[in-house]
Amino acid sequence: MTFQYAPAPESTAIVNINSSNDLFINGEFTPGHGTPFKTINPATEEVLAEIAQANEEDVNAAVMAARKAYDKTWSKMSGRDRGKYLFRIARLIQERSRELAVLETLDNGKPIRESRDVDVPIAAAHFFYHAGWADKLEFAGYGTYPRPLGVVAQVIPWNFPLLMLAWKIAPALATGNTVVLKPAETTSLTALLFAEICQQADLPPGVVNIITGAGETGRMLVEHPDVNKVAFTGSTAVGQAIQRQIAGTNKRLTLELGGKAANIVFDDAPIDQAVEGIVNGIFFNQGHVCCAGSRLLLQESIAEQTIESLKRRLQTLRLGDPLDKNTDIGAINSREQLNRIIDLTKSGEDEGAQRWSPDCVIPERGFWFAPTVFTNVTQAHRIAREEIFGPVLSVLTFRTPDEAIEKANNTPYGLSAGIWTEKGSRILAMANKVRAGVVWANTFNRFDPASPFGGYKESGFGREGGVQGLGAYLTSEESS
Amino acid sequence: MIGNDRVEVRKTHKLFVGGAFPRSESGRTYEATNSQGEFLANVAKASRKDARDAVLAARTGFNSWSKATAYNRGQVLYRIAEVMEGRKDQFISDIQDAEAVSAKKATTQTDQAVDRVVWYAGWADKYAQVLGNTNPVSGPFFNFSIPEPTGVVAAVAPQDSSLLGLISVIAPIITSGNSVIVIASMNSPIPAITLSECLATSDVIAGNINILTGDPAEIMPSLASHGDVNALDLTGITDSELQKTLQIEAAGTVKRVRSAPVNPDWQATPSLSRLRAFTEVKTVWHPMGM
Repeated sequence: MTFQYAPAPESTAIVNINSSNDLFINGEFTPGHGTPFKTINPATEEVLAEIAQANEEDVNAAVMAARKAYDKTWSKMSGRDRGKYLFRIARLIQERSRELAVLETLDNGKPIRESRDVDVPIAAAHFFYHAGWADKLEFAGYGTYPRPLGVVAQVIPWNFPLLMLAWKIAPALATGNTVVLKPAETTSLTALLFAEICQQADLPPGVVNIITGAGETGRMLVEHPDVNKVAFTGSTAVGQAIQRQIAGTNKRLTLELGGKAANIVFDDAPIDQAVEGIVNGIFFNQGHVCCAGSRLLLQESIAEQTIESLKRRLQTLRLGDPLDKNTDIGAINSREQLNRIIDLTKSGEDEGAQRWSPDCVIPERGFWFAPTVFTNVTQAHRIAREEIFGPVLSVLTFRTPDEAIEKANNTPYGLSAGIWTEKGSRILAMANKVRAGVVWANTFNRFDPASPFGGYKESGFGREGGVQGLGAYLTSEESS
Repeated sequence: MIGNDRVEVRKTHKLFVGGAFPRSESGRTYEATNSQGEFLANVAKASRKDARDAVLAARTGFNSWSKATAYNRGQVLYRIAEVMEGRKDQFISDIQDAEAVSAKKATTQTDQAVDRVVWYAGWADKYAQVLGNTNPVSGPFFNFSIPEPTGVVAAVAPQDSSLLGLISVIAPIITSGNSVIVIASMNSPIPAITLSECLATSDVIAGNINILTGDPAEIMPSLASHGDVNALDLTGITDSELQKTLQIEAAGTVKRVRSAPVNPDWQATPSLSRLRAFTEVKTVWHPMGM
């Protein structure tokens, strides 16, 4: 049976969106010199605001501001005081958390429950965690005199706009670097609100610069000769392009790219908990998660039963208005991404996999995709090999643990993996053999600033979070 | 021939791949000379095909070596040092020939090379304790991070430090469980060949360390673009254009790249940066509950 819920919409009164938005350079909101573009609410297709597009002149100005702030202020400031600015920012994010959450949901399409309970609190936690490192870097294991790199160029994706900003800016600032960050074209608004927070924190001008724009703006930023380090989160194809662009320079690079994680369920797993983990693994944030558990590997003996439970559970998911507090599945972030999901799911059917979705009403306007499960998937299918980045699960089966490992590792990616079993020794053996940077055992999609995140193989290199994440922004003990 | 003069038996200098000593499949050799340009030996000139064969051997070696216990890896490394110690005289004479240095300097370099292997042998069962940790996440989870080997690493040994530099490149790569394909100093390859004979008679797993002699400019591009190579160590690349080409090729499979260091000091005690460069941090979460 389906429970009926009365609508429980979160009010948008707390958010005041400017109809046109400038760049944030050297502590000031500054008009951009490129052609402005519009950002829309993907749940309604209504225009939310106009956003400035940074051209070459603007990129130069932002990098110059970051260089000046690095030379004159930030690299000379004590770690203790840098840390205090980060603590201030963490507190301001907490204070303005509802505003940030509503704005994120409006611009991104994710359910308010997720932006309110996951994105914004973890973003604040990242600043809080890294604030404490700022005056303790000599204890972090990077030699006795760890130094910042200089000006850092950061390019982030649209799936967790504010959270990815926090993952990038907090460690960069704690280690003494200054930042020019470009948010994704479709999700600039929370980054610009963050710029306001930097002003409220009295962060010295130029320490954080936010330039909005499309891929071309990102390319100019990455290629700027006065940039010392590039940090990118996004697709593997763009990550490879960046790795090529900076070849022959002294720029340091960290990449957090795509994934095609295996979520492996053994026959002794608690099935109900595993089903919750499977749902969280692939339908959290509409599946717009690089570490999503998009390949479900079920042990043959429990496959049928688990798929039945999973289908029953999916019928209770509520798709619709992201601002409704009872919504589980929000809007797909853009028409472009929706088309990609449609294309890949069509290939799944064409290649012979069996498609299933629960009955759900799709709103008339906006970009939506019903939760989808494919069974009878083989390893050769595109839906088992390519990152879909949507609410689409491909189910495969295995008989032995060795076969599970073989299939889990049969991908160029290596970002994350899930293991479900009650047997401790099997968890440890599987965790040891799977080639992935984050392994969730009897849980999935957990994130914490103290916990390093990042991939093996073509999922990128470098870590974000934890003591290992600091290494991305420090000159490590240089020697031969 | 008069008197006791004996015609010496000269050695054919070959590659070291998969625990064996093949000639180059191309049949090519090049002349290794001393610093005065005098002929020392004909040395195998590895081809791109030899490099691909070495990748295959290195992957096989990785599959065994990465599963060895840390204690065992430490012992195998220490065994390399033991065997090298017994061949010190040959290394000293090789280095003197290759680098035109005094016996004293060649002895110092050899001693340091052996000691470096011992240093890394000790790291095998410690580096994970230093580079790994538990993470105090805000929730009922046990969470830990451990470094693991990256996989198959293609390396270029320094051109000017034929043994100490070479061993300083190889040792940190294999200590954590990686396999390596290393291209020896092109002008001074003979100490590397002597080293390969030490490796063959120690307990190194076949394919774990593969030593090629030849031209990095010819061999490295095919390793940089090879889909089964995980990382590049460009220490011995002196041509910045070649380094750029290799960095571009590496992007095809998102390889980890350690670029050539500026004026490396091989005599100094190393940092952990080489060990760190060829490891991946894996983080594991598990709920805590009754």
